[in-house]
Amino acid sequence: MTTDALTSETAQSVEEAGQTWTKTISPHRGIFQIDWKSVWAYRDLVAMFVRRDFVASYKQTILGPFWFVVQPLATTLVFTVVFGRFTTLSTDKVPPFLFYMSGVVPWSYFADCVLKTSMTFTANAGIFGKVYFPRLVMPTATIISNVLTFGLQLFLFFCFYTYLSIKGAPLHLGLKVLILPLLVAQMAALGVGIGCLVSALTTRYRDLALGLSFGVQLWMYASCVFYPITQLSPQWRSILIWNPMVPIIETFRAAVLGVPGLAPSEVALGIGLTLIIFFAGLFSFNAMEKSFTDTV
Amino acid sequence: MSLAVKAENISKHYRLGVMDRRMLFEEVQSKIARLLGRPDPNAAIGDKRSGGTGEHRSFWALRDVNFSIKTGDSVGVLGRNGAGKSTLLKILSQVTTPTGGLVRMNGRAASLLEVGTGFHNELTGRENVYLNGAILGMSRNDIRARFDAIVDFSGIGEFIDTPVKRYSSGMRVRLAFSVAAHLDPEILIVDEVLAVGDAAFQRKCLGSLNQASRDGRTVIFVSHNMVAIENLCRRGILLEDGKVVFDGSQKEAVDRYLEQASGRAGDLAHRTDRRGSGAVKIVGIDFRNACGETLSTVSSGDDMDVVLHYTKTTPEPFPNLSVFIAVKNHFEIGVFHQNNQFQGTSFGTLPESGSFVCRLRDLPLPAGRYRLNVGVKSQSRGGDLLDQLDDAIEFSVAGGDFFGSGFELPPQAGTCLVRGDWRLEK
Repeated sequence: MTTDALTSETAQSVEEAGQTWTKTISPHRGIFQIDWKSVWAYRDLVAMFVRRDFVASYKQTILGPFWFVVQPLATTLVFTVVFGRFTTLSTDKVPPFLFYMSGVVPWSYFADCVLKTSMTFTANAGIFGKVYFPRLVMPTATIISNVLTFGLQLFLFFCFYTYLSIKGAPLHLGLKVLILPLLVAQMAALGVGIGCLVSALTTRYRDLALGLSFGVQLWMYASCVFYPITQLSPQWRSILIWNPMVPIIETFRAAVLGVPGLAPSEVALGIGLTLIIFFAGLFSFNAMEKSFTDTV
Repeated sequence: MSLAVKAENISKHYRLGVMDRRMLFEEVQSKIARLLGRPDPNAAIGDKRSGGTGEHRSFWALRDVNFSIKTGDSVGVLGRNGAGKSTLLKILSQVTTPTGGLVRMNGRAASLLEVGTGFHNELTGRENVYLNGAILGMSRNDIRARFDAIVDFSGIGEFIDTPVKRYSSGMRVRLAFSVAAHLDPEILIVDEVLAVGDAAFQRKCLGSLNQASRDGRTVIFVSHNMVAIENLCRRGILLEDGKVVFDGSQKEAVDRYLEQASGRAGDLAHRTDRRGSGAVKIVGIDFRNACGETLSTVSSGDDMDVVLHYTKTTPEPFPNLSVFIAVKNHFEIGVFHQNNQFQGTSFGTLPESGSFVCRLRDLPLPAGRYRLNVGVKSQSRGGDLLDQLDDAIEFSVAGGDFFGSGFELPPQAGTCLVRGDWRLEK
């Protein structure tokens, strides 16, 4: 017999008069039990979904894979023109193009995580209703394909970065860059947390999906994407700091652009909020996973 | 011998409507009202349960289902639509969780509730084989090892690197089933997925399921196709209204199922949807074989008697009666009509009760479900309708050896069976 993915999903072996059981299906399963082991067992499926996301999204398109970089570039250009030319928003002495891009790239990664995860149940109702695999495979694949896209965009960012610092812009890449992976993980956790919360709710209230894409747009304005937090009055700063994306983007800038970072307490608050949202999302996803086929 | 599957008291409860129609706003409104001890503003009018916590309209799709399946056994699950077959399969495949009870399995299980789940149109056949295989639980190495066999089995050939959206629907299904056929699980759970593809491919599918069962795998199979069940399964579990009503040999389960399906014959006398004067009434219908034994199963190609029991409520002799039977298939298409006058038979003076018997030779019906209309007319009085019952009885025909060659008409290949003598002319 083959040794493959499914054999390792076997949660427990029960001995009963010489009879072994490799799998038990029962109505009771803790909401707080997250089955990481079976997600790992299905890692090949995760890989396939990631591949599908990439391959399928640029088949029959003009620009193909270039779409992954066109979007942040265009947004950055628009911001540079609109905010750089028509307003007097400060960019903390950083070249405006780089400053805006350093907001747009992490933001679009985060927004993508939220929006794609939030559609997990509704977009895959067909598959979920016919085949069992750990449902967490889907958000996991989403994060991974988003990290890959993010990587591409980050590469692009550093191309401009190198170009501009050769041209003499005051940029210094320090050791702080090493915290980038942590930031990526935090953004993913936050995005997936919110996405999962919403996806669990969208199985019952479809309009939340519509509200979400609108909400994410509004959220961007409160996330220091095109202005530095140093521009804010202390009152505003104390309110906006409750937005967990603010410390992430600010820390990202501090790491790559060398602008002054946030106070450790502010960063800690962001991490704390992220963890709360992440686990709340995960548990509600877990709870939904059991019953959603009967609800959709 | 060890067990592969053991189900203990599994139940599945569904709530209908109510919950899902509501908006978040209303739900919050109801919750607050309940907290404040006020009547629920969203309760249905006339709804006494102001708290809204009372029972919703609900039903049990499965109720306390118990069975165990030995390793290597092949079991057919039978039952009418709505009997709970699909729910049972969904629970076994973990697509939905039971409301109560426990299922334990020993061995790697794979379920096929549908072929081609997750196929992506933009991807090529090759990419879809990997994707679909992974969805069904195969690792990449497994798929790689079986890739050639999968493509071979599907007969897709050089189109394997073409996007699936360019495939015909038949090609899609063939490729999808081929992936599934190479799953090699220890326990295989199959829903009615075989009703796809052309006849030759269906035979191939059945063959591969058969092979799986011969290889010692445990097969759980749901189908309406009695021929497939009889060929494939050793054991049958019959469900009715979410309960197991029979668990035993395949033959007996099929018989019981067919009996259940034609179970309405008993109360024919009390049917009120009949037309005609009622002077002569059909009160019961039986099928009998040539030896006069009552049949519970009818097979293609059999000689059989359709027996219409009647009672007469007037003293009139009715010497010139016309009695007909008409068979419709499940698409509501009339397959044939038979009338004693077609054959030049007359019954003479009619006794007070008795039976009209019509011998059908070499029953020309392919396997499937049918319904029978019956009627009696008096020809002597200008064609008075005495009795007519539409859908008097529903019956199933099992596949049989109509052609005498062992071949069976593939499903959906025709609505009736006709013999032909072939020769070559030069």
